[in-house]
Amino acid sequence: MSATIPFLRSKPRSGTPLEPRRSVTLTLLCGLVLLYSLVPLLWLVLNATKTQPDLFSSFGLWFGDHFSLWDNVKTTFTYDNGIFLRWLGNTVLYVVVGAGGATLLATLAGYALAKFEFAGRRTVIAVVIGAVAVPGTALAMPTFLLFSKLGLTNTPWAIIIPSLVSPFGLYLMWTFARQAIPDEIQEAARMDGASEIRIFFQICLPLLAPGVVTVLLFTMVATWNNYFLPLIMLKDPHWYPLTLGLNAWNQQASTAGGEAIFNLVITGSLVTILPLIVAFLFLQRFWQSGLAAGGVKA
Amino acid sequence: MFTRRLRLGAGLSVLALAGALLGACGSGGSDSGGGGSASAVQDALTKGGTITVWAWEPTLKDVVKSFEKKYPKVHVKLVNAGTGNDEYTALQNSIKAGSGVPDVAQVEYYALPQFALTKSLTDLSSYGASDLDGTFSTGPWNSVHSGDGIYGLPMDSGPMALFYNKTVYDKYGLTVPKTWDEFLADAKKLHKANPKAYITNDIGDAGFTTSLIWQAGGQPFQTDGTKVKIDLADAGTTKAATMWQKLISEKLVAPTGSWSDEWYQGLANGTIASLVTGAWMPANLESGAAAAKGEWRVAPMPQYDSGSNDTAENGGSSLAVPDASKNKALAYAFLKYADVDDGVQIRVDGGAFPATTAELQSSEFQDKKFPYFGGQQVNKVLAQSADDVVDGWTYLPFQVYANSIFNDTVGKAYTSSTTLQQGLKNWQSKLVSYGNDQGFSVSSD
Repeated sequence: MSATIPFLRSKPRSGTPLEPRRSVTLTLLCGLVLLYSLVPLLWLVLNATKTQPDLFSSFGLWFGDHFSLWDNVKTTFTYDNGIFLRWLGNTVLYVVVGAGGATLLATLAGYALAKFEFAGRRTVIAVVIGAVAVPGTALAMPTFLLFSKLGLTNTPWAIIIPSLVSPFGLYLMWTFARQAIPDEIQEAARMDGASEIRIFFQICLPLLAPGVVTVLLFTMVATWNNYFLPLIMLKDPHWYPLTLGLNAWNQQASTAGGEAIFNLVITGSLVTILPLIVAFLFLQRFWQSGLAAGGVKA
Repeated sequence: MFTRRLRLGAGLSVLALAGALLGACGSGGSDSGGGGSASAVQDALTKGGTITVWAWEPTLKDVVKSFEKKYPKVHVKLVNAGTGNDEYTALQNSIKAGSGVPDVAQVEYYALPQFALTKSLTDLSSYGASDLDGTFSTGPWNSVHSGDGIYGLPMDSGPMALFYNKTVYDKYGLTVPKTWDEFLADAKKLHKANPKAYITNDIGDAGFTTSLIWQAGGQPFQTDGTKVKIDLADAGTTKAATMWQKLISEKLVAPTGSWSDEWYQGLANGTIASLVTGAWMPANLESGAAAAKGEWRVAPMPQYDSGSNDTAENGGSSLAVPDASKNKALAYAFLKYADVDDGVQIRVDGGAFPATTAELQSSEFQDKKFPYFGGQQVNKVLAQSADDVVDGWTYLPFQVYANSIFNDTVGKAYTSSTTLQQGLKNWQSKLVSYGNDQGFSVSSD
């Protein structure tokens, strides 16, 4: 692509595919959407720097009288014997095992459904697509009753096991595998005597990488932000993920005798979203290349 | 009181209540810990063991520490399973699932009849609770009774008083109101002088409205076994509704929900000039509205008739023992320690307002000066209020549900032309049909 640019530059003309015409309306619209998504983030960053009294007495979208971000961060991590750190660790555990496991399972199953003929394949696909339509929230109560019969409520398993199942991820991997892996490659590998395991891990998995990253991002965000399932399953604050923990801190203000710690709730929320932002920044390279690859093939 | 969380919780608790009512019929034979005795409680303490306590009350942490120190063989797992409704939902879910039920649970007075009537809680009479007459102030002690049983021990109480911002009152020349009429006059004067300032806030709060009715001598909810009578148009209720309607009609109450951050902001910057609320409020003002330190004072609750001394309770919780607990004797031992013995003083030191007469009347408690309230001995006012609570109030055996639909019915009075009295009437008709659906026989005369 870089080789073609000097050629195009020699005869500049608006409206070519590489230098599209600017639209004021579209720019404005995009600007509005950008503002809409950035303002809450800006609010969060600004208010994480305020003390509790400043939160109430200063303007929301600017700094307060005292800059206490570092104090807030320190208190967030030390309040109540450093329970926040424990919640952070729990969330990481649920994401690594839950979202990681969900991605692995979705990849394996999606690949199998896309690339192997077996009895009942269409039924399985139909069930999976049906399952995409059922919101997890609707299943939370039955899942809770099931897990409490098994004696698994109030343990990390109650969060990890349901997180391992991602019908949407499976569906995504199924469509992706159908397009990304030519049958010829598999056949050629089989001719050469490679085992199915080896074909999957050494030949197909690299082809599936963009899809895997997409599913990983989806499941990571879903597990990181999961609220309702842990709310029902967990009663012991030592197993809380960050979402429940922050809510518990927020609730403290609305109970007789409770200590209002809005500044810690806000700073804690900021700390909570940072890892997700980092994950997106790192993984978006894979993601973009995946989208581009798909675009060229289509 | 916890309106923001009510909707979801109510949906689940409806489900769970239905289950509990049905389940109660079939589980008569599994009463392992029934028929407890005071000696069994002593034995349990010496023998030791582990109990799980569900509570959100912050001062219990220190109580647990001292309890474990005194009885080294006992281990207490203190779990914050959610505040108010969240915990009730979790409790009902675990009772329904038959596993993970705690040995002790914090239950607010308004929610206690619901759990007691479904036999989800243990009658503590035989464990020694029946000997505790006179230990607690009347309001909370009546609240833990249901039928002939005692289903919890009062942990704290919320006799009501007027909390007011003296700086704001002085600035606008308001006199501290002794009656609701004077309260109304102050409300007008303040809001006229400063349109941003309000005498208090209210957007429809079941706990507050029922407390106003309680103070006015209303008894809209009467329960006898499964027979329930609802009359939200009795003399006391009408008196309360007519009085508060004037404040709503003239838009004299701030449209801010209690416990919201705007609320704390208003309390800190003086735009909410007073609160008529429970005696547990000082700790919340100190942490949530720290900027207003030195400005607030406490005065007796405004009266309907000048010269009378009638108050009501607002909020407050008990500790109760779920029927599914496997270690009821030890659970009761913890209840007694936290609510009657050494635990009470530990909790008072932590800022809680007790329900025990001994602490309420002790000079150490009454003479304590509060720097936040400009050195005022606020406990004197609050303890007096505990003595003046009007007798005869009871909550519905499905009050958790009732409060959850409060804003859909009575709450309309705050946002439309519906009056409080009409709203209460709508609330009543919904409660009657809900109660009948749940297997109660509800009448409304």
